[in-house]
Amino acid sequence: MSFKIASSPHNHNQKSTSQLMLLVAAACIPGILIQAVFFGYGVLVQLVLAVITAWFTEALILILREKRILPRLKDNSALVTAVLLAVSIPPYAPWWIIVLGTAFAIIIVKQLYGGLGNNPFNPAMAAYIMLLVSFPVQMTQWLPALPQQAAELTPADAACAVFTGYSCSGYSMTQLQSTPDGITMATPLDTLRMDLSAGLTASESLQKPIFNNISGHGWFWVNLAYLLGGLLLLQQKVISWRIPLAITGTLFILSLLSWLSSPDTNGSPLFHLFAGATMLGAFFIATDPVSASTTDKGRIYYGILIGILVYSIRKYGGYPDAFAFAVVLANMTVPLIDYYTKPRAYGHTSRRRKQ
Amino acid sequence: METLFQKIQSGALWDFHGGIHPPTRKSQTSQKPIAVMPVPERLYIPLRQHTGVAGQLLVQEGQRVLKGQALTASDNAMTVPVHAATSGTVIAITEHTSAHPSSLPEPAIILEPDGLDEWRPREPMSLTTADNHAILERIQDSGIAGLGGAGFPTHLKIGKYQEIKYLIINAAECEPYITADDLLMQEEATTIVKGIDILCKLLNPQIVLIGLENDKPVASAAMKAACSQRQNYHIREVPVKYPSGGQKQLIKLLTGQEVPSGRRSTDIGIVMLNIGTVFAIAQAVLDDHPLISRVVTVTGDTLSQPQNVLALIGTPVSTLLSYCGFQPERRQRVIMGGPMMGFTLPDLSVPVVKITNCILAPTHKELPAAREETDCIRCSACADACPATLLPQQLLWYSKAQDTDKLKEYNLFDCIECGACAYVCPSEIPLVQYYRVAKADIREQQRDALKAEQTKARFDARNQRLEQEKQERLRRNQELAAARQKAQQDTGASNAVADALARIKARQQQTEPAGDQNREHIIAEREKQKQQARAYQQRKTVTGQQTAEAGTPATQSETAVPAENAQQAAIAAAIARAKAKKAQTKSAPTEDIAAETPAAAVTTANETTTDDPRKAAIAAAIARAKAKQAQQSTEAKEAPPAATVTTTNEAATDDPRKAAIAAAVARAKARKQTNSESS
Amino acid sequence: MSLLTALSAIGILAVLFGGILGYAAIRFKVDSDPLVDQIDEILPQTQCGQCGYPGCRPYAEAIAGGDAINKCPPGGEATIKKLADLMGVEAKPLDAAQTPAIKRVAYIREDECIGCTKCIQACPVDAIVGASKLMHTVLSDECTGCDLCVEPCPVDCIEMLPVPVTTDSWKWNLNTIQVRVLE
Repeated sequence: MSFKIASSPHNHNQKSTSQLMLLVAAACIPGILIQAVFFGYGVLVQLVLAVITAWFTEALILILREKRILPRLKDNSALVTAVLLAVSIPPYAPWWIIVLGTAFAIIIVKQLYGGLGNNPFNPAMAAYIMLLVSFPVQMTQWLPALPQQAAELTPADAACAVFTGYSCSGYSMTQLQSTPDGITMATPLDTLRMDLSAGLTASESLQKPIFNNISGHGWFWVNLAYLLGGLLLLQQKVISWRIPLAITGTLFILSLLSWLSSPDTNGSPLFHLFAGATMLGAFFIATDPVSASTTDKGRIYYGILIGILVYSIRKYGGYPDAFAFAVVLANMTVPLIDYYTKPRAYGHTSRRRKQ
Repeated sequence: METLFQKIQSGALWDFHGGIHPPTRKSQTSQKPIAVMPVPERLYIPLRQHTGVAGQLLVQEGQRVLKGQALTASDNAMTVPVHAATSGTVIAITEHTSAHPSSLPEPAIILEPDGLDEWRPREPMSLTTADNHAILERIQDSGIAGLGGAGFPTHLKIGKYQEIKYLIINAAECEPYITADDLLMQEEATTIVKGIDILCKLLNPQIVLIGLENDKPVASAAMKAACSQRQNYHIREVPVKYPSGGQKQLIKLLTGQEVPSGRRSTDIGIVMLNIGTVFAIAQAVLDDHPLISRVVTVTGDTLSQPQNVLALIGTPVSTLLSYCGFQPERRQRVIMGGPMMGFTLPDLSVPVVKITNCILAPTHKELPAAREETDCIRCSACADACPATLLPQQLLWYSKAQDTDKLKEYNLFDCIECGACAYVCPSEIPLVQYYRVAKADIREQQRDALKAEQTKARFDARNQRLEQEKQERLRRNQELAAARQKAQQDTGASNAVADALARIKARQQQTEPAGDQNREHIIAEREKQKQQARAYQQRKTVTGQQTAEAGTPATQSETAVPAENAQQAAIAAAIARAKAKKAQTKSAPTEDIAAETPAAAVTTANETTTDDPRKAAIAAAIARAKAKQAQQSTEAKEAPPAATVTTTNEAATDDPRKAAIAAAVARAKARKQTNSESS
Repeated sequence: MSLLTALSAIGILAVLFGGILGYAAIRFKVDSDPLVDQIDEILPQTQCGQCGYPGCRPYAEAIAGGDAINKCPPGGEATIKKLADLMGVEAKPLDAAQTPAIKRVAYIREDECIGCTKCIQACPVDAIVGASKLMHTVLSDECTGCDLCVEPCPVDCIEMLPVPVTTDSWKWNLNTIQVRVLE
């Protein structure tokens, strides 16, 4: 009989990294399903491609780095990155977009910085920015939501569209992007901005068929689904409430203020909360523990910063949505935020009083 | 507006940051009475069981001791004695595996009980008549040191240095599994309250707060009943949360105050004692029952009867476990202390000491071993759990980088090593272990820095001294020179330079014939000594044959010596052997000499050990000196060392003093010869 | 002509500034190089001389003068790292000729000591006590483990013993704990 030497504590909470990551991925499922229903099955194809690429590239880099592969693949962090990127890009973007993006996220943004836990930027968002900047056409090929779609798309159509640029029945991407009456569609956020700059009032713009009475058709439901998934994560204590609340709160307040001051030139607060990637970004992307702030106070500041950036870019910028830029810019400030929001340790007087 | 004191008095509770809720698993033992164990076959009583230094030993091997008799003295303030837990014989005082995470051996007294359990005379004190000083002395002499786990000598804590406002009795016992304090309160509440009375007499606090977690209804009721006559004693039930039993955390919970970093609780007028310590104080003062036993929770799923046991200090863990029906698994973990802060034992001979509150022998299913450590995902679950509001993740980073300055900036030393961070870590990083290593490294660096400072001072002082001596010598020489010159001038010498030149020339002429002469002289001497050596060698072989039949010189010496000299002889022989070995490894030119030298050394040892150990040692040393020199003078040929060797042989049998002189002479000659040969 | 003017003007200016610089160098000269003090601060002050210099300060001066920073075995990697930071050079591994630092102190086998005082004279920090013809002993708390007393001993009765680990100096190396295997 021999005895085992171990360091205390000998007791462990059995919630592991891989379980946490799996939960995050699982919490995306409602959002993904709604997305698939409203915007076609392309998202599922993208998802499969992204996951395969992520696993493959992660394993490849781990081999090159001479690390053990299986424990790190099992931590599911590559899976989460793949899922987040897959749901962010247009569902019918060509296959090489997602493959390139995922490979970039895993290889350049994550592994080259030292792997899980060491990357300063959110891999999915950094990859999204890379794609958006490099391939603006493909990255803005959003289809109208279901009721406005020109043609009914089956899963096989989705696969054909992703791999060939044409659906199985031969529609081109441009055709698919159009509504039945032949108008090429942009996303609700884009539409509103273009309309506003074209001199229409917000309420006039919102009369367009792409909008329902709150935000875009489909987009509203997608956001709602991600909100549901986010609340699940909160309930499971996978994420902290601070970042999502700070983001949505800031966004709400900013949009409310400008909407009240000039309802004709601004989207309503509800429009902002339920358009674009708001809920996905607030609950799933900004809360990525690796690249977010780690202190309680810091998380609030981080969330507020993202909220401000999102609103500013949506209002003044030229991109379809602002979350990727906001998150990556906020990532850059994290070390600074963390440094200046160190909590007061037990038995110490606060920093301010010391000075 | 209520003052803080009024708030505390009215039962307000505060909260501390973080904390965790691991499964408590206390019900296995909290319902059963404290079992009294039979006296074990052996007691291993470590000399030091508290924070501080061990006292002077008062007993010898073979001595009979009585129950409660002090085995070490309480000779200074940082010392508390240890006592015999039962009557019996001290069979050994030796190193024994310590009840410390390192399991390094430390001195312990091994006591064989005689089964009589005979007490030493006891002098119970009366609280009404005894004065505070006598009580404090009794507490120290009874060996009482914090039973909660820190082992800090209690008399130092309660020797009144400043105004004490709050006396807090810590019965929170937040670690999972452990119910020792719970049971003590259930069974001994009245004695505990008497202990608090004693403390009140010593400290005169404004209020007494007894903090326990609200999962101990029976103990709470017992304590409330026992305190019913005391207006000033308040039972405070705090919510179950680990680590609410930590000193700093309980102070925050009960008073809302924080102990400033790096200070003691007495600095803010708070004294906190563990409930077990209070019980021990009551026993010591009122019954003159020193700290020789304590309640230990023996638990875990590998035991058929997990329960609390009143164990004698020094009882081996193996005895305790087998008493409770231990059925070990493969790669069993046996933990001393609780699952959060306890340490694993490498073997079961480790004794129960004053700070041992739990022995935990869990199954693998019950407490699975930690999985492989994976990358930190910066989730900050650790920071959320940290009861000291530190940032464990940053600390981990800087611990790995060994960045001492940053570690201090992030308050590493405020970490209480409670293990909450490692408990919640999804990547199973053994954070506490990293911090402990980092702390130990920093402490070592601090010790080294201090030592370097002292060393530098000593070095400088020495240099200064040497410089001073040099100056003095120089001055003396100058004075002498001046005096000489004066004398010379008086005799009227005309030209000093010419004089000096003449002197040098004269000396040159002298040295050459002198050198030849010297050499001849040495050769003659050597011849003589060789003869002597031969004679001696013969004599020696005769002696050798007389004393032992064995062939090798080494065994000769071992067998030949009388009992009382055995050790010295053995050492001498061993050294001689070592020399021989060294000599063999030497290069070819010196081989002959070397071969001869150890032989001589050995014979010296043989010869003299029968005589006088001190002489033998000296002779051996001299022989060694010769050997060393012989090896060093590689230029020199066979003759001179051989000569010295024979001299040694000759002299050693005679008189060590003479031998030394002879040796010195021979050495001088040898060196001269070497010099002249090489020049 | 204009070329000449320009050249001479530049030349005069150069001489002028050179003169000012030269004057400043003399006028504002810092007597004791504070760098030496800083280096000396970092060195472990064992005064062992294993670097080839008689004590830590001389080695500090040598480093300031451009000597290698990796000649200090008692300081080990930590000292080299600090020196590298201070001097702005690459940290090198400890000189191969030097032995790595395991903490040792000298121990005199007192039965064998002949009282020659040679080790006392060799000790740079006065950590050996004793008198002529009387045995000597090492004050192990003061000993820096510099080795300097071992060589002078004529009877080889000094050895360097590793400092034993105690529960106070133990550094939580769980892997070194000997697990006793019972049958």
